[in-house]
This record gives sequence, structure tokens and C-alpha cells, in this order.
Amino acid sequence: MIADAKIVVEGRALTQDYHVSGGMFAASKTVQAVKGVDFAVEKGKTLAIVGESGSGKSTLARIIALIDPPSGGVLKVDGQEVNISRKRLTPAMRSKVQMVFQNPYGSLNPRQKVGDVLMEPLLINTAIPAAERRERAEAMLAKVGLAPEHFNRYPHMFSGGQRQRIAIARALMLNPALLVLDEPVSALDLSVQAQVLNLLADLQDEFNLTYVFISHDLSVVRYIADDVLVLSKGVAVEQGSREALFADPQHPYTKQLFAATPVTDVAAIRARVMRKQLARAEA
Amino acid sequence: MAHNTGPLLNIKNLTVRFATSTGTFTAVDGVDISVSPREVLAIVGESGSGKSVSMLAVMGLLADTATVTADEMSYDGRDLLKLSTAERRRLIGREITMIFQEPVSSLNPSFTVGFQIEEVLRFNLGMNRKDARARAIELFNAVGIPEPETKLNAYPHQMSGGQCQRVMIAMAIASNPRLLIADEPTTALDVTIQKQILDLLMDLQEKHGMALILITHDMGVVAETADRVIVQYKGRKMEEADVLSLFENPQNSYTRALLSALPENAKGDRLPTVADFMAAEAKL
Repeated sequence: MIADAKIVVEGRALTQDYHVSGGMFAASKTVQAVKGVDFAVEKGKTLAIVGESGSGKSTLARIIALIDPPSGGVLKVDGQEVNISRKRLTPAMRSKVQMVFQNPYGSLNPRQKVGDVLMEPLLINTAIPAAERRERAEAMLAKVGLAPEHFNRYPHMFSGGQRQRIAIARALMLNPALLVLDEPVSALDLSVQAQVLNLLADLQDEFNLTYVFISHDLSVVRYIADDVLVLSKGVAVEQGSREALFADPQHPYTKQLFAATPVTDVAAIRARVMRKQLARAEA
Repeated sequence: MAHNTGPLLNIKNLTVRFATSTGTFTAVDGVDISVSPREVLAIVGESGSGKSVSMLAVMGLLADTATVTADEMSYDGRDLLKLSTAERRRLIGREITMIFQEPVSSLNPSFTVGFQIEEVLRFNLGMNRKDARARAIELFNAVGIPEPETKLNAYPHQMSGGQCQRVMIAMAIASNPRLLIADEPTTALDVTIQKQILDLLMDLQEKHGMALILITHDMGVVAETADRVIVQYKGRKMEEADVLSLFENPQNSYTRALLSALPENAKGDRLPTVADFMAAEAKL
């Protein structure tokens, strides 16, 4: 590790409780979705949070993205403690952390033109004049691989991959230090997924961005992450560098995840085909 | 009768067109598909490749706006295009069954899963209530649903996605079909549950000697399940090969592009994309 590596985001013992009201007859109960998670991400690095549905990965993402306050624990952004339940989020802090959601069909307002989608964060969080807002939005559109004529179009006129580019562009409008990406490619086709992953890698290099990348797909994680945190039922069962984790997973749950992930390796396919032929010959 | 000699399902030059407000849209364009008894065929493609539409055409589940033409579309020697509605109903749901992507929305939320599976058994197979209940329990055991007696009384929302898909599979195999069509059966499920469902499907396929057509966009699922693979792109068949040849030595440029876009095949720090491949091909 480099000595002067700067920690952009850090969580200590983060917890999130959800209170479920019991209705007319059942007693209300508390569900702890995140149970004391610690992590830290250095500038320019990618932390992947891996888990299945119900693991609390999206809950954690919402805490890191400063959308929901945690029930307990400490969240530090750029070394500064942030607690949005006590103090309203400042525009400066909002500008540092931005989020990209899973479903680009749901995360863009269908009545808002792409240009307005991109200019809105500036309008809300900064005092930048209209002409410059427009300039910046047009520049960002080019940066994410869209054309100037897309500025005045509505989201429904775009494909899923293009919409995710728009969502990424919107997240970058405020020049954030940290991008929280919640399953950004899982709604996309394989070929489009590759393009969006490449775009994210390019943008990370260009702006020295820090990513928290939420995913259930280990092959994507292996490609994009520097560090990996495996979440199961709200507990970080294993965390470490990508190399260490993929070479030698320790926790049984991580091993189970690896075993369940389909492999496209030719040797594995050959072995499977052979097994089937043998079984049929015996039968 | 052409029993067991040729392919179970044989489709030649299938074309499906949709009448839209802006003209005719060709979703499937001259595709040949055949599957033999006891074979696992994967049809792989991205959205818009026509992979689902061709199978919906076989099942007769397409909307009225669709025009289906084919030189041949036969099941076990019988012409599917010329079947009367009554004959089709005897075939579909009994000899050919299908499961879909969203298990939770495939089930009716207003009825218990037991009622829904027994309905299939009573109306499709003519069982009485008592036999249907016994067979439902047997089927739930076969697809690995714990405590089948209790679970029969559960509503779909009380079960997980994986369990709902098991219920759908139980319904689909209730009549001992000879062909099961699974349209993205694991796409909505977690990876560990996906593994369980795929293992179950492969196990049932082998045990019952069914033919299985698996529609998927996931090359990993193809690698883990298929005997033979058809790759579709924009309504056309790009390549057809046995699974090993396809991964080892893909012939078509689109197949090569798809395989190299898999993150696990990444060389260097950028992924080759399908667009790059198609552009490179165009230059040649």
C-alpha cells in the first residue's frame, strides 16, 4: 500500500435497522439489514460489494451514497464524518458523492429531456449560470459517448445501454470524488455491459474516481474491482484484495458463491460433456 | 409414424413478423431449429434476437399481430401449423410445456400454489381431487420443495423466487412432457439459486428423458447445461454447434464477439465489445 494513499470513504461498524410494523395482529419487529460493516476505499480504487438478494448490499449502498442515514456506526467521506440524520447534507458534500442505479428505465424521469436531466444537479447544488450549465452538460454528453443531438431527446428514445450512459453522465456532472454504482450493468445485455464497463474504467482513469461497485456477478467484479467485500445477511463475511479473494476464498459462503457461478472455461465444458456421455453409456 | 427416428421438434425457415404502426417488423427471419429426444438445446442471444419469439410461435402464444410462416414446423411428425385448436390444446401443456423468466408473476397471486398445480392435473390430465393432491405432493418432492403438504397451501407471495420457479417446474413436468421449453428460467434468480434450479432441470431432463430447449442470454448458463447451441442475433441464426465446439472454436464473428465480451475473458484492462468486432468485420 502506498503510504500517502488517501482514503475517500470509510465506514466503521455501520448498521441499519428497519422497523417492520406488524399490522393488526402480528407484533412489530426490527430487521437488521446491515450488521456492523467496516470498510475503507482509497482514492482512485474500486471496492466491489458482492452479495445476493437480501444480503443488505443495496442498503449499504444507500448509506454510502448519503441517501439513508445508518442506524449506527460512523461514515467518513474525505476524512470528514457525515451524519445526515443530525445535520442536513450540504451541497458540497452532495457533490462529492453521487450514485448510479441499477435500472436506467426507472432512474430517469420520462418527462425530462436528457439535457435537463444533466443540468439539474448543477441547478440544485451550485450557482453556475444557465449558459455554463448547458456547456458542461453538452461536454459531459460527449464524454460518455453520446452525440450533441441527444441533448433535446427524451429517455424513452434511448436503448438501455444509452440510458445507463445518461445516468452515469448525470452522476458525474458535479465532479464527484466517489461514485456509488448499484448493479449498474446487470440490466444490460452482454455486449452493452462490456461497453459500459469500459466507459466506467475510462472515466475512472480520467477523473481519478473512486468507485463503490455493488454487484452479484463475480465475473464482473473480478474484472472491475481492486478490493472485494462479500456480504451475506448483513455481515461482511470476507473482504480483501481481488487477487487474494479470487485465488483463495476463505469463508464457506464465498466458496459457495464461487461454486455456483457458471464457468465458461473450455476444460470445464469438456469435463461436463464427458461426464454426461459416461452417465448415458452406463445407463 | 415418425416415432423416435428423427428430431422431436423440427422447424424449417421460420419467420415471425409483427404488424406495427410503422410497418412490418421481422422478429425472426428464416431460422431452422431442431431438437432431438433427450437433447438439451440452448438458444442464446441478446434482447431483440428473436430467441423467445420463435419458441412462443411453437407454443402458439403469440399475439394476433404476429404472422408466423415456416416451410415446416412439426412435432414428432405432426404438423404444428395445421393443428386444430382442440388438437393443439391436447399437445401443448401435456407433451410440450414451458416455463418462463419471472416465476413470481407466472403464478396467479390469488390462489394457493396447490390449487394452481392441482388445476393443471385435473383439467389437463383428468385426475380427481384426491389423486391430484397426491400427485402434487409427489411433484413437489421431485422438484425439492420441503414440506410439500404445508407448501401446497401457500400463496405465491409467501414463497421465494426460487421456490416459485420450482412450483412452475413441477407444473411443467406434471404430465411427463417430452419437450420442455425454459425461457430464461434463472435470470431473475440469485446465482446460488440459479445453480440449484439448473441442477434440478438437468436432473429431471436426464431422469425423464425429456428434450429441453433453454432460452438464455447467459453464456455461463449455456456452458453449464447445453448439448448443442444456436446463437441468434437480430432474428437470424448466426451459428449452430455442439457446446464444446462453440466455446473452443467459434466460427461466426458475432459468437466470437459475445465470448470475448465476457468479463472473465478480459485481456488487458478493457473489454472488446461486440460493436468493435462488427466494425472490424465491416472493414475486412
